[in-house]
Amino acid sequence: MELDAREHIDIELRNLEEKLLKLGRLAVDALSRSVVALKEQDVLKAREVIEGDAILDELAEDIDMSCLKFMARFQPLGQDLRIVSAIMHMAVDLERIGDYGTSIAKRAIKLSDRPHIKPLLDIPRMEADIRKMVNLALEALMEKDIKKAEEVCRLDDEVDDLDRQIFHELLLIMMERPRVIEQATELLLISRTLERAGDHATNLAERVIYLVTGKKVSASQIRRPKEDKD
Amino acid sequence: MALNARKFKDRLLTYVLWSSMILVIIVLLSILVFIVTQGIGAISIEFLTQPPRNSMTEGGILTPLIGTLQLIIVSMMFSLPVGVCTAIYLVEYAKEDIYTTTLRLAIRSLAGIPSVVYGLFGLSFFCILLRFKPSLLSAGLTLGCLALPLIVGAAETALQAVPQSLRDAAYALGATKWQTISKVVIPAALPSVLTGAILSVGRVAGETAPIMFTGAAFFTPGIAKSLFDEVMALPFHVYVLATAGTFIDKTRPLQYGAILVLMALVLGITLIGVIMRAKLSRRDYLM
Amino acid sequence: MVIDSMNNVKIKVENLSLYYGDSPALKNINMHIYNQSVTALIGPSGCGKSSFLRCLNRMNDFIPNTRVEGNVYLDGLNIYSSNVELIELRKKVGMVFQRPNPFPMSIYDNVAFGPRLHGIKDREKLDEIVESSLRSAALWDEVKGILTRSALSLSGGQQQRLCVARAIAVKPEVLLMDEPTSALDPLATARIEQLIRNLKKYFTIVIVTHNMQQAARISDVTAFFLMGELIEVEPTEKIFTAPEDQRTADYITGRFG
Repeated sequence: MELDAREHIDIELRNLEEKLLKLGRLAVDALSRSVVALKEQDVLKAREVIEGDAILDELAEDIDMSCLKFMARFQPLGQDLRIVSAIMHMAVDLERIGDYGTSIAKRAIKLSDRPHIKPLLDIPRMEADIRKMVNLALEALMEKDIKKAEEVCRLDDEVDDLDRQIFHELLLIMMERPRVIEQATELLLISRTLERAGDHATNLAERVIYLVTGKKVSASQIRRPKEDKD
Repeated sequence: MALNARKFKDRLLTYVLWSSMILVIIVLLSILVFIVTQGIGAISIEFLTQPPRNSMTEGGILTPLIGTLQLIIVSMMFSLPVGVCTAIYLVEYAKEDIYTTTLRLAIRSLAGIPSVVYGLFGLSFFCILLRFKPSLLSAGLTLGCLALPLIVGAAETALQAVPQSLRDAAYALGATKWQTISKVVIPAALPSVLTGAILSVGRVAGETAPIMFTGAAFFTPGIAKSLFDEVMALPFHVYVLATAGTFIDKTRPLQYGAILVLMALVLGITLIGVIMRAKLSRRDYLM
Repeated sequence: MVIDSMNNVKIKVENLSLYYGDSPALKNINMHIYNQSVTALIGPSGCGKSSFLRCLNRMNDFIPNTRVEGNVYLDGLNIYSSNVELIELRKKVGMVFQRPNPFPMSIYDNVAFGPRLHGIKDREKLDEIVESSLRSAALWDEVKGILTRSALSLSGGQQQRLCVARAIAVKPEVLLMDEPTSALDPLATARIEQLIRNLKKYFTIVIVTHNMQQAARISDVTAFFLMGELIEVEPTEKIFTAPEDQRTADYITGRFG
């Protein structure tokens, strides 16, 4: 029997990471299914997402407590400390992304009794991008791979582009057909929600970069230079 | 200046201490040189292997040499077990009360009694009361009595030096008191007990007074064959050669030779003890 | 870990008080110690945590003028009742001390000491016990070639693991540890801590430590003692994140002690 003095710390950290992965899956899932519910006008699915939020919150709370207990017990230092801190922050971001899923699901229910004012293409594309970003960020965490994390930051540009595109498109629709302004506004808010989710996904990536390199990096350093929006 | 005065004082003191030491060394060395130069001529194989002859004016010192070794053995056979057992009792069993303290004090004072008193005690107790007559046994036991407080002291110190934590460890494993003492404490203390015993042998080997009345003979034709025979002993032999010989001039070289052998014997034994002690203290089992 | 299940209680301490002469060293302690778990006893110096530990295998019996009141049940049997054999008790409740205290004999003899005391003479059986004990103490690989060498030739950390091996060689059910790492360097300490985590699968471990962080790292349950009283006993995570008692809170945040 070898005595690996770090064994227990590694096991505990692995547990925390596993929990965070699970939270990530739940959050991405909530977002995806809310967008599917929106697109397919599936009220049942939307309700499922809203009900599922409790589980997500519970898991996020559990991760928070587990991290606290881990710190109380093992007084982590160096990378151990950065990992725990990253996990605590990432749990908050993921929980928020899950909340956005709920919020989109609620709007989906609202929009379910009327035909779509336009075919929904860009919103599912945004959602797909965000799903990719979150998954990439989590992979980056597990593999301690900053390349993947940087990729996440770049993907956020695409999400922002889509958001802007949707905005212009909906603006035109509203000007043409004032009757659908209410529906269009809902869609606009959904797009804006997804854009926010993208920001949180970017936060995830920033945490991973700090955890791996020990240096604070803001996403804007990686992304393309900012132009004046809107 | 104050500083210089202090420096001067310091240096002065160093010189005083240093010269005292030199004085002691000079005294010791001159005794040594005197004895060696006087005695070396007498030393030969025959001197060590022949008994004294012709009213001790010729021959060697085989009989007293063997006699001294016999006395040492008898005295140790008595004092070592008794002394060690006493020490075990004092350290492991005795409660710290007024009786134990008195007992300790008594043993300590025994060590300070002049050796001639032991001789008189041996005469009246072993030779007369117990009817052992002046013999190897009486003299050996008397020497044993002399060694006893030394051995008790050494063994006590050795036992006390066995850390309590070792006893605790044995008890915690379910050992009884006697198992703890016999399997842990005594083995741990034994080397230092033996060292103490050897040093006390060195001490008693050179004693004359205790054996004078109790068993040391002026002359015996041969080596003692039983415990109840009288023995010749080196220290007494030296005394006899120096004071009671009929031909003092003829015995003088023999006398110095005997002194040299006795001194070598005592020094040798002590040296063994000192070396053993030094070796033990390097082992850090007394944590 | 199942702390709440009652049948998992290994040691039950009931109204235990300990007096040195007239002054109480422990006041009315009530506590459960659970099977296959690590219970840490913390508190400032002189709080009674070591005295409490030594009550669990009756090591205080040797100290003159001590008096114990109350009961300690090991598997439901009161260890202070008159028909309990001290030797049998100590066989079931092993102990590791503050400083490594191997006997001045060979590594092998140290481990075989306990089994021999209890009557095992068969060489093969002893060999087997020595090897398995040293393996459990994670020392086997380091000493298997030098079993006949003096135990004192080992490093401090190795000596302490040897003491663990010696204690578990008599196959105890409970292992008491009195500040087992206080004389060791950080690396040796980390090794002993990992050893304790490994050992709790097989033993019920009670450890006194002056090092709160150590208690946090290795224990499942932590008990806080203060001036002879048991102030609080809780799952370790609880006591180090949100203790119930203000005195515990003050102690773990370094406000006194």
